[in-house]
Amino acid sequence: MLFLVQDGITNGAIYALLGLALVLVFAVTRVILIPQGEFVTYGALTYASLCAGQMPGTAKLAFAMGIAAFAFDLFAGRRALRLRAVARALTVNVILPGIVLALTSFLVDRHPPVVVNVALALVIVALIGVFLYRLAFQPLAHTSVLVLLIASVGCHLAMQGLGLLFFGAEGQRGPALADTAATLGPLRFTGQSIAVYALTIAFIIALWLFFGLSVYGKALRATAVNRLGARLVGIRTSLSGQIAFLLASVIGALSGILIVPITTLYYDTGFLIGLKGFIAAIIGGLVSYPLTAMAALLIGIIEAFSSFYASNFKEVIVFTLLIPVLLARSLAAPAVEEEKD
Amino acid sequence: MRERLPVLIFALVMAAIPHLPDMPPFWIVLLDNIGLSALVAMGLVLLTGVGGLTSFGQAAFVGFGAYTTAVLTTAYGLSPWLTLPASLLVSGIAAVLLGLVTVRLSGHYLPLGTIAWGLGLFYLFSKLEFLGRNDGISRIPPLAIGSLKMLDPGTIYYAIWAAVLIAALLTMNLLDSRTGRAIRALRRGHIAAEAFGVQTPRSKLLVFIHAAVLAGLSGWLYAHFQRAVNPTPFGAQAGIEYLFIAVVGGAGYVWGGVLGAAIVVVLKEVLQSYLPLLLHGEGQLEIIVFGILLVALLQLAPSGVWPLLASLLPFKPNAKRPDPSLKLHGLARTGSEGGVLLQVDKARKQFGGVIAVNDVSFDVQAREIVALIGPNGAGKSTTFNLITGVLTATSGAISVNGKKLRNPPPQEVVKLGIARTFQHVKLVPDMTVLENVAIGAHLRGSAGALSSMFRLDRVDEAKLLAEAARQIARVGLAEQMDQPAGSLSLGQQRIVEIARALCADPVLLLLDEPAAGLRHMEKQRLAGLLRQLRDGGMSVLLVEHDMGFVMDLADRIVVLDFGTKIAEGTPAAIKTNPEVIKAYLGAAA
Repeated sequence: MLFLVQDGITNGAIYALLGLALVLVFAVTRVILIPQGEFVTYGALTYASLCAGQMPGTAKLAFAMGIAAFAFDLFAGRRALRLRAVARALTVNVILPGIVLALTSFLVDRHPPVVVNVALALVIVALIGVFLYRLAFQPLAHTSVLVLLIASVGCHLAMQGLGLLFFGAEGQRGPALADTAATLGPLRFTGQSIAVYALTIAFIIALWLFFGLSVYGKALRATAVNRLGARLVGIRTSLSGQIAFLLASVIGALSGILIVPITTLYYDTGFLIGLKGFIAAIIGGLVSYPLTAMAALLIGIIEAFSSFYASNFKEVIVFTLLIPVLLARSLAAPAVEEEKD
Repeated sequence: MRERLPVLIFALVMAAIPHLPDMPPFWIVLLDNIGLSALVAMGLVLLTGVGGLTSFGQAAFVGFGAYTTAVLTTAYGLSPWLTLPASLLVSGIAAVLLGLVTVRLSGHYLPLGTIAWGLGLFYLFSKLEFLGRNDGISRIPPLAIGSLKMLDPGTIYYAIWAAVLIAALLTMNLLDSRTGRAIRALRRGHIAAEAFGVQTPRSKLLVFIHAAVLAGLSGWLYAHFQRAVNPTPFGAQAGIEYLFIAVVGGAGYVWGGVLGAAIVVVLKEVLQSYLPLLLHGEGQLEIIVFGILLVALLQLAPSGVWPLLASLLPFKPNAKRPDPSLKLHGLARTGSEGGVLLQVDKARKQFGGVIAVNDVSFDVQAREIVALIGPNGAGKSTTFNLITGVLTATSGAISVNGKKLRNPPPQEVVKLGIARTFQHVKLVPDMTVLENVAIGAHLRGSAGALSSMFRLDRVDEAKLLAEAARQIARVGLAEQMDQPAGSLSLGQQRIVEIARALCADPVLLLLDEPAAGLRHMEKQRLAGLLRQLRDGGMSVLLVEHDMGFVMDLADRIVVLDFGTKIAEGTPAAIKTNPEVIKAYLGAAA
């Protein structure tokens, strides 16, 4: 019994991280980030490929997206091209991913330590996340939630297709981050599951500090509350969006790296994992971080139990439980006027 | 019939296409598929684009339509024409049951709820024995008229596109009516619509059913087109794709659904058949390109392709010219003439620990203009919301014509002859001034959804529009009648709100800061109008910050401060009241 709870909490911690990222992105950009699942698979499979000594296609994708983002920046600023702005755009969009690409191809045959592979995978996916916002969502920032959602589905389709192209239809596993294990009564804690707990807690605290204390965190919160107001006090809302996507992609990639030693990941596994994070986020009302984290843990535990007792119906049980929760939240919510568009 | 000329031309073009020489059968099949998707997308346009209710579950209703006819024709040998009403009925009833639960979900819960039951129904289709489980049902008979069997794609083509055209006409008729205006007001929030008697949950359920029945019709046609059904095309994937179609085409426009279906179906077909040839079939290349093109298309046309195309077409919507000779009957009211019209007795409203309105009492007599003034946060708008039923009072009583109100919903308050405007303007920006104002007369018409679809509502409709036009002329905005309300200045929009309130044939007009944003001349004209209304027998209760305006106009003034009434009296008395001066200017030096 207890090991099911333990298993559930390990999965739940991952869902919690993803749920937090979804809440963050939605609050700042109004995008329901369906490609979050792709960040998970890209992170996991990039890491696994690097460890296996294969060149991940994601590094090239980051470079290609960077060039496209540079073109977008040039086009958007075509009326007032200044050398400094162009140089900055060139550095961020072309030179940086170029260095990462060069570094990746240099290191890939040389079997660097696990930490280096983790760092490379995180940087690659982070770049993809930032460029994804620049290319797909920044030009749509003024449109309705519905249009953003459809664009989000479009990105998901494209990225999932690219995932198949890069990593093939075969599943992959990566090496564990830590090989130690400890026993406590009837429970056995592997180094990996301890890493999952530790990193989840560390990330939640880091996010909390970031939003509470740093200027960028406050700028993000301001953008979330009122875009126009934030712009009027000098916050670049496009930068806020890029930071939100940066955080979301790093969180997604990290989640992937954390689970790929435990379960085999396929190019399309991320979607279902992301969806569960999404359910947690919805239960949290897309606004509350603590509620989202708690809902995620609950989903993890329910899933662990239902996969043990009725594995065929695992997904159905998780999704069906959603409807009463939705109803309860909807009825409890005050009848506020929704100003859409 | 002139306004329907473009539809007629379109119908003729579509009828001619199969007769073109060298028309490849492949393209006819494609057109059939476009028509089937267009039907579902058209329902989504009404549901999502116009009504603001995002649904991922439409594919399940297609499934209801398809499986109903599949079972009835194969297991019971019924004629397909007999199963048509059955298919529509089953989708409609499913929509009522699901809708009763789902449309109450608010915000993001709604789309998620539709995903949830969409998945659930898909699962159900693939598990039920009498629906053939995952294999589905095959050998469905074709549609037939007499001896003509619609076996090949070229003949069922006519059935599909006739259905599309009829559905489009009925949907457009519905939108251009009393019920349609109530639906179009849904997306911009429900408070304003409810203040004029619109039962918003009913309107939501109505569009939900309409969309489901169109999806069921598509399913019925699909079953007799493919002559076999299985669960795959009714899953979540298809549900998302229908939403794509609506958004790409233009979610706010009936023809956007048709155009979107054409774009998405053709795009997918072209990508699937040509990309592998070009690039030697690597992976799911078509899905990558499809995703990227979708995002690009949205960036180029965020509100869909249809509005871009429509601006190129030579057809312009002709402005409505209501016939001024038509008269609309006033609402029958019970109650006395003269005396106290509105009595507020110790009304109290607490939000948690904050007392927004603290035992406030005042009254409004017949033929009187009363102003409610006070510094910001004094509780004026909350008092308004208590009177109109938007908020329920914590304690105290409000009576109209001596009859005590027991927390009635806004729809009941307006029936008593109380119409209001809003501090933050609540108009539907993409509807014309005329249409916005006509919402005010919602309770004075009676035509329902069905009569609107079949244009049996025209007498009723003409009277409503005539009344709206009359009230617009009365407030001096006749010139702007056909402009979208969102294009007017804020001051003018406030005046439009007054015209809308007048359309409800009120005995008491509640105006929340009507003069804000008006120029001096406009304020004077507004004051003139209000005096004229009072002399005609109407009472006015207004919240206003412009003291010059209030002092000139009001017969009596009630002053609130921090939720409590601190003074009441004639303008002259209020001007010299020390309490009032203290509240506005701080303690006297």
